[in-house]
Amino acid sequence: MGLQVNGKTLDTDEEGYLSNLSDWEPEVAQVMAEADECDLTENHWEVINFLRSYYEEYQIAPAVRVLTKAIGKKLGKDKGNSRYLYQLYPYGPAKQACKYAGLPKPTGCV
Amino acid sequence: MSAGPRKKLMYLNRRAPGGTIYAVEGLEVVLIGAAFDQDVCMAFVGDGVYQLKAGQDTSDSGVKNFSPAYRALGDYDVNRLYVERESLEERGLGVDDLMPLTWEDEDDDWAEKPSIHVVDRAELARLIDAQDVVFNF
Repeated sequence: MGLQVNGKTLDTDEEGYLSNLSDWEPEVAQVMAEADECDLTENHWEVINFLRSYYEEYQIAPAVRVLTKAIGKKLGKDKGNSRYLYQLYPYGPAKQACKYAGLPKPTGCV
Repeated sequence: MSAGPRKKLMYLNRRAPGGTIYAVEGLEVVLIGAAFDQDVCMAFVGDGVYQLKAGQDTSDSGVKNFSPAYRALGDYDVNRLYVERESLEERGLGVDDLMPLTWEDEDDDWAEKPSIHVVDRAELARLIDAQDVVFNF
């Protein structure tokens, strides 16, 4: 499997997650979102950027429960709830946003 | 998820972070298992204490340094990490050689509290005895 971004083919796993974290660039998220017919707004990017810095710090993709709590702490209570996050990422905030962010599937996600 | 009684679970880590997959896989089980809202603690004995060593660097071995992930344990509500004092001493280590792991206590205005508790062998034996389930890694 591969993902076409800026004329390059990036390796992905069978579910479309990037194989190499270092292949990520913002266009990766754009291309993945277009395939899902999802328009990336500033609010989407906020979550993507949050996940990337979380991974950088802890070397894991957080479970959705952990993500929700951490977003609430960092970006405010109105964003740290699953209703808000599922509106942005209907396929599951941790799963879908991690994919756009170029991270592996969250630990504990089936 | 069924709402049975919460069980006391201990993840007992006995091996060094590298060389085998026990440590990294064991940590993954803890993070996955955290979703089940049980009464979870971890214990580190023998070479397992090296898992918590500060300043790990795996760049020469070509494997990922997963040690930063221990710092996320507090976010997963895993905030009791027992380290056996004798195992540290036998390896010339003290608590200052370990990562300063903390968790935030929601019921105490998010105060940061230490997750690592150094206990002696006899105390650890009592803790093991008090568990419903012990997972060995």
